[in-house]
Amino acid sequence: MSGTFVGMPAFPEAAREAVRDTTLRGNLRHATHTIRAKRAKAVAEVEDWAELREAGKRIKDHTLRHLDRYLEQVEAAVTAAGGVVHWAADAEEANRIVTDLVKATGESEVVKVKSMATQEIGLNEALEAAGVRAYETDLAELIVQLGKDRPSHILVPAIHRNRGEIREIFTREMSEWGRPAPEGLTDTPAELAEAARLHLREKFLRAKVGVSGANFVVAETGTLVVVESEGNGRMCLTLPETLISVVGIEKIVPTWRDLEVFLQTLPRSSTAERMNPYTSTWTGTTDGDGPRVFHLVLLDNGRTDTLADEVGRQALRCIRCSACLNVCPVYERAGGHAYGSVYPGPIGAILSPQLRGTDSEIDASLPYASSLCGACYEVCPVAIDIPEVLVHLRERVVQGGPATRAGNRVVLRPAKGHAAERAAMRAAQWAFTRPGVLRAGQRMASRTRRFHPRTLPGPGRAWSAGRDLPRVPAEPFRDWWQRTRGGKDGAAE
Amino acid sequence: MSSRERSSRERILGRVRRALADVPREEAPYERAVERDYLREHGTRTVAETVELLAENLADYRAVVHRCDEDGLPSVIAGLLRERGAASVAVPPGLEEAWLADTDVTRVPDRAEDTAAALDRVDSVVTACAVAVAETGTIVLDGSPDQGRRRITLVPDHHICVVRVPEQVVASVPQALERLDPLRPSTWISGPSATSDIELDRVEGVHGPRTLEVVLVDGAAASR
Ligand code: SF4
Repeated sequence: MSGTFVGMPAFPEAAREAVRDTTLRGNLRHATHTIRAKRAKAVAEVEDWAELREAGKRIKDHTLRHLDRYLEQVEAAVTAAGGVVHWAADAEEANRIVTDLVKATGESEVVKVKSMATQEIGLNEALEAAGVRAYETDLAELIVQLGKDRPSHILVPAIHRNRGEIREIFTREMSEWGRPAPEGLTDTPAELAEAARLHLREKFLRAKVGVSGANFVVAETGTLVVVESEGNGRMCLTLPETLISVVGIEKIVPTWRDLEVFLQTLPRSSTAERMNPYTSTWTGTTDGDGPRVFHLVLLDNGRTDTLADEVGRQALRCIRCSACLNVCPVYERAGGHAYGSVYPGPIGAILSPQLRGTDSEIDASLPYASSLCGACYEVCPVAIDIPEVLVHLRERVVQGGPATRAGNRVVLRPAKGHAAERAAMRAAQWAFTRPGVLRAGQRMASRTRRFHPRTLPGPGRAWSAGRDLPRVPAEPFRDWWQRTRGGKDGAAE
Repeated sequence: MSSRERSSRERILGRVRRALADVPREEAPYERAVERDYLREHGTRTVAETVELLAENLADYRAVVHRCDEDGLPSVIAGLLRERGAASVAVPPGLEEAWLADTDVTRVPDRAEDTAAALDRVDSVVTACAVAVAETGTIVLDGSPDQGRRRITLVPDHHICVVRVPEQVVASVPQALERLDPLRPSTWISGPSATSDIELDRVEGVHGPRTLEVVLVDGAAASR
């Protein structure tokens, strides 16, 4: 699948490299700890957080459980509002639809606002192959694109770059793509942002086609919602004549009113703000204001396969806030790139193997990229029990069993000789070169239990649900840790 | 939709239905599936306190807040444009004439046929708003005639937004959504645009207006 980074080593190997990269680790640690502390404060400000979280979970669950009906409703509402709806079963089809739509306008460039769905399908590369240049317009995505690099964090994708590197990338690359960086550009963030503003403004003003994703699609009205900070989203959504939005089918909420939950939980979970600087909503096209042509591409690409898994489907509730990344001890040490997917961190560990299957070594090893500490579950604004899904997927990898792939029921064979598990053990060897990390994780888990005595995160919950689970999960990881901690101290460093 | 796409539509809907074979038909409908135990607003405040909270939260996100009464508004706006050194100001078609009575800055009407590039040469924009949210320090525009097309509050670097208090102020996000028409394009603005993409240093103003000034105007309702 095009979303896999080609030649990507499996999680253990990729993470080993990352752990050795001290710049990356320093930046990531700073980032995750800063955002984590701010988020806790922003969440503490609202006394009904638990209720908002529960409502968000229920809205998403209900929608997913009746997704066929809501998809049809979206189609009808968007069409009635002047939009055109397309359906894409996989990445290739989505790329073809968008490429054809762009080609039909006669344009050879598009401006893009950060969208995980279009990264997942590799849209930029597909457009490039068809002779269309796609300009990323988020500051971080611009840094990543100009640096010929990959994003490492959902929210701050260029967090692995520091200001000196960014200055260098801008000075070197901007002229290749358009307006060059100003003479004598320094590395102060304000100057770098100004350089990006000037460089991109030129593109916004002449762009005829914009490409976006969406955070939410409201079924009853056909309204799309984009939540952002920089204003590049507004530029892409309002200045071009044609707007093409590629949206995963799990982004639907039933009603306009449902936004009252997510517009409270998403900004606080994500950027730790009461509200993000800009949110745009639009319904089809509006006479004389904004794009005259609007296309919505509804993307499956493994989502219905995920939906078919009764335990795993909860991953589709995700609103991509990235809170789970910032609390994850494995992510903090391994970095975003090690996950080999546009979805890093705990959510990536459960989403990528479901969207793509576990055929590749990286996807088979992802469910092991966790200590099952439960911190991700605790912060998740839609209460996805990530540990539960991880355990479930480990079982799937090790034992094999029924699954759905591209809409077909299949029976997966067990991974040979528990290769994945062994790989994971190797991963742990250096991802946890300090026992304190794991202990902190366990402490967090016990805190969670105190708050939610009946909903043990992870294995406890899965077992109590009475399903027939093998004794593979969770325990061996920690057992292993304790064993090897005694034996070879700090094996990797 | 091409026939190929039509078949993808059927394929996706078919996959969804098969994936949901375990969902009981008689499952609770939407109205009962979603409990809304959360609050309609946080805390209890008088009208004046809610307006005060709006002012605080706007300022907290680095919008510049001004307060005046209806009669003082034209001179406040004129003063802000003068301080800014603005030579031109974009004007939505339905903006109250009186608001710009005290300024002779060149007016640029909001017209469909003008290009975004032309708008890029305009210094400032003055608009009204649809609603303002106190708890989050947010102003919402909905493209009504006194607010204009979305791009006029995006391309110029200086936005002056007038909020009539208290009637346009609500406490919370749920209350704001109730007041808005989903069929109109809306823009929710909480402070000037910002990025923390470079080493998490917050930088104000990337693409939207780098200066956001909000004028809270005490209307007739306040004296009631
Ligand atoms: S899984 Fe939950 S915490 Fe993680 S990104 Fe998704 S919504 Fe946020």
